[in-house]
Amino acid sequence: MEENLNKHSNISAADLDRLTKEANEEATPSSAKIIWNEFKADKPAMAALIIIIAFIIFVMIASLFIDTPKMMETNILNYNAAPGSNGFLLGADTGGRSVGQQLIVGARNSIGIAIGLTIISSTFGICWGLISGYFNGYIDWGMQRVYDFMMMLPMTMMIIVLVTIIKNYNAVTLTLIFSIFYWEGTSRLIRSRTLSESEKDYVAASKTSGTGSFKIIFHEIMPNISSLIIVDTTLSFAENIGVETGLSYLGFGLPLQTPSLGTLIANANDPNNITQYWWTWLPAALLIIVLCLSISYVGQVVRRAADASQRHGAAD
Amino acid sequence: MWKTILRRVLIMIPEIIILSILVFLLAKAMPGDPFTGSINPKADPAQLHHLMKINGLYDPWYQQYWNWVVHLFHGNLGNSYQYQEPVTRLISSRAVNTLWLALFTTILTYCFALPMGLYAAKHEGKLPDSIIRVYTYVTYCIPFFVILVIGVWIFGYVLGWFPTTGSISSTANPGIQSIGSRFYHILLPGVLGALFGTVNVVQYLRSEVIDAKRSDYVRTARSKGVPEKDIYKHHIFRNSLLPIAAFAGYSITGLLNGSLFTETVFSYPGMGLLFINSISYRDYTVITALVLIYGILNLLGTLLSDIILSIVDPRIRIE
Repeated sequence: MEENLNKHSNISAADLDRLTKEANEEATPSSAKIIWNEFKADKPAMAALIIIIAFIIFVMIASLFIDTPKMMETNILNYNAAPGSNGFLLGADTGGRSVGQQLIVGARNSIGIAIGLTIISSTFGICWGLISGYFNGYIDWGMQRVYDFMMMLPMTMMIIVLVTIIKNYNAVTLTLIFSIFYWEGTSRLIRSRTLSESEKDYVAASKTSGTGSFKIIFHEIMPNISSLIIVDTTLSFAENIGVETGLSYLGFGLPLQTPSLGTLIANANDPNNITQYWWTWLPAALLIIVLCLSISYVGQVVRRAADASQRHGAAD
Repeated sequence: MWKTILRRVLIMIPEIIILSILVFLLAKAMPGDPFTGSINPKADPAQLHHLMKINGLYDPWYQQYWNWVVHLFHGNLGNSYQYQEPVTRLISSRAVNTLWLALFTTILTYCFALPMGLYAAKHEGKLPDSIIRVYTYVTYCIPFFVILVIGVWIFGYVLGWFPTTGSISSTANPGIQSIGSRFYHILLPGVLGALFGTVNVVQYLRSEVIDAKRSDYVRTARSKGVPEKDIYKHHIFRNSLLPIAAFAGYSITGLLNGSLFTETVFSYPGMGLLFINSISYRDYTVITALVLIYGILNLLGTLLSDIILSIVDPRIRIE
């Protein structure tokens, strides 16, 4: 093909290079590049992004140096030690366990579960939405009924019931249980977008030229809605932090010996803790607020980048 | 119109049946049986066996399910093993509390959200609009239970303005004082829920009003010389209100799901707290009844919203 082209076209190699270069310059930049430009133009967003990444790396590395079983040992001497005393930077809880260390390990666990949950539930939701939106008719109808049914379930209650049924559950099973219930939002969004996308000409052209359905879905439609996928994934990551911590707060998330930001906040259920020993739960609460806000802020910037009319950063 | 509603209702029936089977099986799969707690060295195994048999716990699951459904239609959901009283009575006393709280929160949400949405739309693109956008966005992002814990800490414990547990003060006399006490107990959770639940209504009302502002009938009214205040009051707001009302259904379902957290934080004796307690006591009858009720309420809330929306927006109707 290329040989053929060289033989018959009278464009020189230099011209071809120049033309390719010009075409590349005029082409819309990739979504990754657009998002990057947007971050460069918005300094607070850049700060939020750096804080999140630095924090995640910090807790991942710092928790490697913490011996969790030893940390969770009860030490009556340090009962509710105040911040700064007995060598505890952030004090100790009712069991004399360091709040600071629990915060680091807890943040690692909570973020890890949120990441896992986001990956699993978003992948599933995206596939569900794409397939349901592309195949109209009976497949879509059936899939929509399943969706309706899932939406009807009282999610938190179902998760609690499942958690009590499964013996010896751990972070992985917990993430899987959460994933069963948290793909609906994504799937609905992707489906509505796929519906409008599959009416476009390029899909019709691919269909007539005999391209397989799944190739059209995953190689043609999916790249075209990639910006929506990125936005949705970032925003659901922020929400998912709330999911695990909320369940752990109620006492049906991570097991007691595995600290999570939610179990730390659950210290506040004890009237003594909430009134006198604020350091046992307040840092975790504030940390969740900061994390959720900065991740959603980053998500907001990504959303802005995906919408050409709202961009701050010039995409040139 | 009626076709749409009928079709929605017909689809609901198999959904409820599947939900009831699912819930029943899940409750059966939970470890332990309701009598585990009463086992002690003095308990006679034969007697326990007898209790299990009387309560039909040895029957095959479909038999137990069928009995349950038959009883259900007779308005009998069985007895709570933990409280030793009929589930229907137990739940109905709690449901009143939960529904009051949900209703109060919904009304407050609208009280906060309607002016905000209208104001934001009126000053579209200006400073108030941005402030309201940031506000709704921040309140939306923060997990609600964290707000509840911090709220009960600041206003309940540190400042001592509001009660932190229960639904009514034990010293309240019947009559006006007890109503006042009840209201006082739902005030803080209601206000917090409303302040942090405005995002949907504000965003939707804002975009509705902005659309209406540019529509022909508003331009006509304006060119006729109708005062700006009246345009908003009679032309724009009235047209945007009905779709907003549709959100009430969704917002009640959201509040029900949130009631688990609200009621735990405030030790408020509603259905959510009852569920949490029943889980730790393996009180199957209560658990199944509650999950089923929440599921059906979810369905009804969505149905209500969909019906209102289909009245407002003819595009949604099925021909």
